[in-house]
Amino acid sequence: MIRFDSVSKAFGPKRVLDNISFEVPRGEVFAIVGSSGTGKSVTLKHMVRLLTPDQGAVWIGDDEVSAARGQHLERIRQRFGFLFQSGALMQWLNIGDNIGLPLRQHTKLSLAEVDQRARRMLKLVHLDEEVFLKHPSDLSGGMQKRAALARAMITEPEIILYDEPTSGLDPVTSRTIDRLILDLSQNTGITSVVVTHDMHSALGIAGRIAMLSGGRLIELAPPADFIQSQQSEVQAFLDAQHIDRAGKWPPAKESQ
Amino acid sequence: MITREPEYFPPPANWFGLLGRRTLLTCRHVGRALIMVGEAFLMLRFVGSKRNRHEVLFQLFVTGIKSLGVITVVALFTGMILALQTGLELRRFGQEVNIGTAVTVSLTREMGPFMTAMIIAASVGSAIAAQLGTMTVSEEIAALELMSINPVRYLVMPRLFALLIMLPILTVYTNIIGVVGGGIVGQTQLGVSLRAYFDNALMYAANKDLYVGLFKAVIFGVIITAVACHQGFSTRDGAVGVGQATRRTVVISFLTMLVMGYMVTRVFYE
Repeated sequence: MIRFDSVSKAFGPKRVLDNISFEVPRGEVFAIVGSSGTGKSVTLKHMVRLLTPDQGAVWIGDDEVSAARGQHLERIRQRFGFLFQSGALMQWLNIGDNIGLPLRQHTKLSLAEVDQRARRMLKLVHLDEEVFLKHPSDLSGGMQKRAALARAMITEPEIILYDEPTSGLDPVTSRTIDRLILDLSQNTGITSVVVTHDMHSALGIAGRIAMLSGGRLIELAPPADFIQSQQSEVQAFLDAQHIDRAGKWPPAKESQ
Repeated sequence: MITREPEYFPPPANWFGLLGRRTLLTCRHVGRALIMVGEAFLMLRFVGSKRNRHEVLFQLFVTGIKSLGVITVVALFTGMILALQTGLELRRFGQEVNIGTAVTVSLTREMGPFMTAMIIAASVGSAIAAQLGTMTVSEEIAALELMSINPVRYLVMPRLFALLIMLPILTVYTNIIGVVGGGIVGQTQLGVSLRAYFDNALMYAANKDLYVGLFKAVIFGVIITAVACHQGFSTRDGAVGVGQATRRTVVISFLTMLVMGYMVTRVFYE
């Protein structure tokens, strides 16, 4: 479904991605973890061509997104939902209008139908009906992220990309977001790519976890194998977040 | 695509290299702004579509109605200052009745469109740059593009349309208020009756002055849209970048409008 083929990317003298290759099959929840500045978000942005690789190629199914332009790129992008780290909700629109924005712009549905679908999405992300007419600035960070997730889902995309979905949130809200990602994947078969540095989150939801360090892919394994990795960077990362390596983390099949 | 990758350049070898790079980058900025505004012109065919109607009406309201207050005050006092300055000089020669012509011609040819555009650039243009700049740094523009919503159609076109429509209307309004202001000063301070003032004003003011003034207003509307939207979309570095984009919008708009105003005057009056 998603394939990175020897992708490298540099910003000036700094090499951010160094010969990265991996595949994400349809329906998988795939987590990319790593410390700040290791190229996680850069990897995610390559999938929708917000960035283009200096070398290598990114494929979405049979389409090479890294070479796509114009309407071809638009068609590829319509297969995606993207949850930005900040939520990226339009501040001057209320939550209902934000969620319904892609439908209002791309379909001939009546405003009533768009509103109805937006309300359904709101329910799906466990937000109260009363936030429908509120503006993003009236909501907490967690609620904004859930509203942004509702907007990402409303076009029924094949793939949802999550950029730090739990950053800046309290543990309870973080787990709520995790459950949402997992429910979506299990109930609708959406392919999910989650960029996070929250190992609890990654281990709880991902079918496989990839770890980036210094722009290189240093580990790629299901959670149960990931925590047993002998890579020193992986061990340090797990230890820093007090991950119990003797604990039971779901192997790939169970997490999907 | 509006969302662009960050760019990095090695430090220039000398001042000549720095000058060359600045020149090339400036040319590229101008080119991108022109392409963007050209695309917005093409998008004007969607101005009445269901998708854009709401934003278009809102921009017309923001640009036109919300600017009326400040424009009224500025236009009134501009007309009054013009009348007073010219009237005091003309009175030395017993020609104070001619302030009608002086005020009307100055306003319709030059000051009306320029003053109006300056106010709109400082208020509406800077607000456009700040809004689009904030949207850029908070990834809202990228989010729009990922939803396959063209930011030029969704954000630039309604603003271009609003400025193209409202600047000429506001210019006419500025001219009227300014001329009235001049008339008030003429009657109260220079002893020129309102009838004599307006007779004199209409005697020498030509239709051409009005049309050239309106043409300038349209040109200024395009300049403000191009500069403000391009600066907004080019914003980097968070809040500091938004501040810089806003400042640059006002400065570049003023300078470009001055130069273009001169060129239009030269073309039509030489």
